This record gives sequence, structure tokens and C-alpha cells, in this order.
Amino acid sequence: MSPTPKISLRGVTKAFGDKQVLRGIDLDVAARESIVIIGGSGSGKSVLLKCILGLMEPDSGSIKIDGEETAKLSDSEREHVMRKFGMLFQGGALFDSLRVWQNVAFGPIQSDGMAPDKAKEVAIAKLGNVGLAPEIGELFPSELSGGMQKRVALARAIAREPEIIFFDEPTTGLDPIMADVINELIVKCVSDLGATAVSITHDMASARKIGHRVAMLYDGKLIWQGPVEDIDRSNNAHVDQFIHGRAEGPIRMQVKKL
Amino acid sequence: MTIPIVTVLGRMTLALLATIGAVTAFAGRALHRTVQPPYYRRQILRQMLEIGYYSLPVVGLTAIFTGMVLALQSYTGFARFSAESAIPNVVVVSLTRELGPVLAGLMVAGRVGAAMAAEIGTMRVTEQIDALKTLSTDPFKYLVAPRLIAGIVTLPILVLVADIIGVMGGFLVGVYKLDFNDTTYLRNTIDFLQFQDVFSGLVKAAVFGFLITLMGCYHGYTSKGGAQGVGIATTNAVVSASILILTANYFITEAFFAL
Repeated sequence: MSPTPKISLRGVTKAFGDKQVLRGIDLDVAARESIVIIGGSGSGKSVLLKCILGLMEPDSGSIKIDGEETAKLSDSEREHVMRKFGMLFQGGALFDSLRVWQNVAFGPIQSDGMAPDKAKEVAIAKLGNVGLAPEIGELFPSELSGGMQKRVALARAIAREPEIIFFDEPTTGLDPIMADVINELIVKCVSDLGATAVSITHDMASARKIGHRVAMLYDGKLIWQGPVEDIDRSNNAHVDQFIHGRAEGPIRMQVKKL
Repeated sequence: MTIPIVTVLGRMTLALLATIGAVTAFAGRALHRTVQPPYYRRQILRQMLEIGYYSLPVVGLTAIFTGMVLALQSYTGFARFSAESAIPNVVVVSLTRELGPVLAGLMVAGRVGAAMAAEIGTMRVTEQIDALKTLSTDPFKYLVAPRLIAGIVTLPILVLVADIIGVMGGFLVGVYKLDFNDTTYLRNTIDFLQFQDVFSGLVKAAVFGFLITLMGCYHGYTSKGGAQGVGIATTNAVVSASILILTANYFITEAFFAL
């Protein structure tokens, strides 16, 4: 018998009003695996991620974390599940009223009750892991560049040494070099922690670098999944169109003809 | 094609009821969290400073000019039937029962309610509230509960200060412009003042503090979209808090009137 998957989704659906965003998602992620979910804008990637994280409740279906059903947990029952998670938000979502080190130390102090002095040491060590000097810790997030904010957000996501880390468009808005730096940091942090990683992106360079396995979300369903090496011979017209970034193909963007 | 007026009225009623329901559920959830540990003491203190200390200048100015105007206006009225000696009492009763809490409440609604809606609304649209959840921190406990507690505790203190400053304003006008004897003015102020005058004003202040912070948090927390959504939330927070203050003011006054 194969070991219990770290994350297991069965028939997950979610609609907003009349708009059916997820139409039955089945997905298994093994422990220590890094899966990348690719798909166009508005394909429901973020909604899928938020359902797994528990920030949104799916309309139906099952979401199991380490074999435990979490789809219908209340906020207070969810706290021990959340403890396993780390999340890197697309815009960083750093708390702008707190200094950088307080952002990184937020989880350890507020949720794990760590003493502030010790948490500051942990925070500075984590900042070091993402290549930031201790002095950066005294600044406020608004004083940092976009790439540095992403690094701080990454440090915050790994500060509690989570078992599962989620990455929401980690390279969006960064120049190609900084994007590659972030990709390498993600690969390093995930392997150092021995964590499971779930990323969503539309950046194929990033997907190839950080993923072991790729799944493509289209029209509310996962239409293809396989090892990242196989992505160029998927024999799937949708995947081919997406990874080569062609306007022509089976995927129709909803734009009016000029 | 026209939509029948009954349909429009029906829709508006339904929307209003839905909002009242949502606000009540929000308030219930928030109040429940205020009595549950953990208590974020630093957050409560920060909000108390924001609501109380930093509102002192604007509330103090409002109070002193209100007290001064009251003394002048009541002189105009009372001098017509030689009842000038009632002026100190009129000033202090109007201030403690009515104008202190209401004016301070409205000023704080504009200052603090708006700031809260903008801050929490920005946290919502930049995913900071989601980030709190992923760090196993309940946003109701961390963001909403400290603000409600600070509002309920701080506004009565602020109103007490406003009452004193307002009476001083009346005193200044009474003594230096209307030629009252300073001792007589003070005696008339204190002798006829009843505990209930001050107490009912402070009860109002606590309720207003709750309403202001609740509206600030609710509209911020539920804001949608980007900068525009936060702008709408801010406006709604101030307008709804002001209306609720004036409405609640009548009902609290009536409740104390019956006693």
C-alpha cells in the first residue's frame, strides 16, 4: 500500500454566483514533493490554493491533509492544520505596520508563544537564509524593493518550519534575474526543510525550476498532470499552447475581436 | 421598461435586512472574541492611544467652543426672564448629558472610524488578513477585538475630559464676558449637578465607542476591490457610525428619562 498522500483532493468544486470556478478537482501530492499548478489568468488557480489552505470553503468535495478531512473545519478547529502551512502571497502581504523582523517573527511570537528576543534571533537567521542582512530587519516593508519584499515574505513563510508551503505566483512582477534568485531560494528552502510545496504560476521558467510535477488547470479542471520532464511531450494541445505562449490554439481568451 | 416601485422597495428592504443581519453576526463574533484569550494587550494599548490620546486636541477644541457658545446662547435666552443664575447649570447639564458624548462621538467617528476602515480595508485587499490566518492568528482576535475593547473603554474617558474642558469654556465666557462671580459660577455648576447627568453621558460614550469601532472594523473587514473599495468602506464607516450614534443617542436618553 502506498503511503498516505500529504495532500489529497477529491471532487473539489467552488462557484461564485453563477460562475463555476472549480469543477471537480482530484489531486494527490506526496510528502516532500513539489507540485506546480499552471494555468491562465482567471483559471481558478488562486481559488484552488485558497481552498486547500482553508481561506475559502469549497462547495463540495474532500480535502485531506495527512489523511485528515479539512474541507469543513471551523476556524478554531483549523488552527492545528494551519500550523503545518506556510504561505507566500503574491503581493507579499507583509504587515506594513510592523518592522521586517517583526513580520518574520510574527508566527513564532503570536501563535507559538516564543519570547520576542529568541524570535528575533530566529527571524534574523531566516532573513540570512533568504540572503538578507540583519540590518534589513529594522526597516519597514514599504522601504524595501519588490524583490526584497518577496524575500522577506519567503522568510516569514518558512519561519515556523512548516510541513507544507504554498507559493502564489512567486515570480510575478520581478525582473528575470530576481525571479531566478527567488526560484533558487524556493528550491533551497523547500529542500532544506524537507517540506511539501504547492505553487501556482503562469511563469513557465519558474514552473520548470521549482516543480517536480506539473498540473495544468483549465476551465475548472486539471486537464493534464505529469513529471516536469514530460511537459514538452504531453501530447496535449492545451498544455502545448500554454507553455509556448501562443495566442492561437484550443484555449480561447475572452477578448473581443478588434 | 420600468421596474414597479414595489419591486424596488422590496429589494431595498431585503438588502437592508441582509446588512443588519451581517453586521449583527459580525458584532456577535467580535464580542465573543473579546472575552476569549489570547488578549493582545499591545494592540489594545495602541488603539487606546489612537482613540483617546490622539483625539484629545480635536475633541478638546470642540468641547471648549461648545461650552463657550452654550454660555452665550443660554444667556440670550435666560436674560429675557432674569434667570441668568441658571446658566452654569444649563451649561454643565447640556454638556454632560448630551453634547459631550454626541460631539466627541461624531468627531471620533470621523477621525478614528475612518482610519480603522481604511487600515483594515487595505489589509483586506492586500491579503494581509489572509496572511494573519495562515500564521494561525485569528483576525477577529488580533484586529477587531482590541479595537472594540479600546473603543468601549476609552471613549468614556475622553468624554469625561471633554465635559471638564467644555465646562471650563462656559466658565471663561461666564466670568470674563458675562461678569459672573467666579466662585458663584463654579458653585452653581457643581451644586445642581447630579450623578446621573454624568453617568448617562458616560454610558452613551461607551455605546458610541462600540458603534464607531464596530463600523470601522466591519466596513474595513468586508471591503472589496482595490483603492476604490477601501474608499467606499471609509465613507460607509463614518456615515453609518454617525447615524447610529444619533439614533442610539435618542434611545439611551429615553431609557434614562424613564428612570
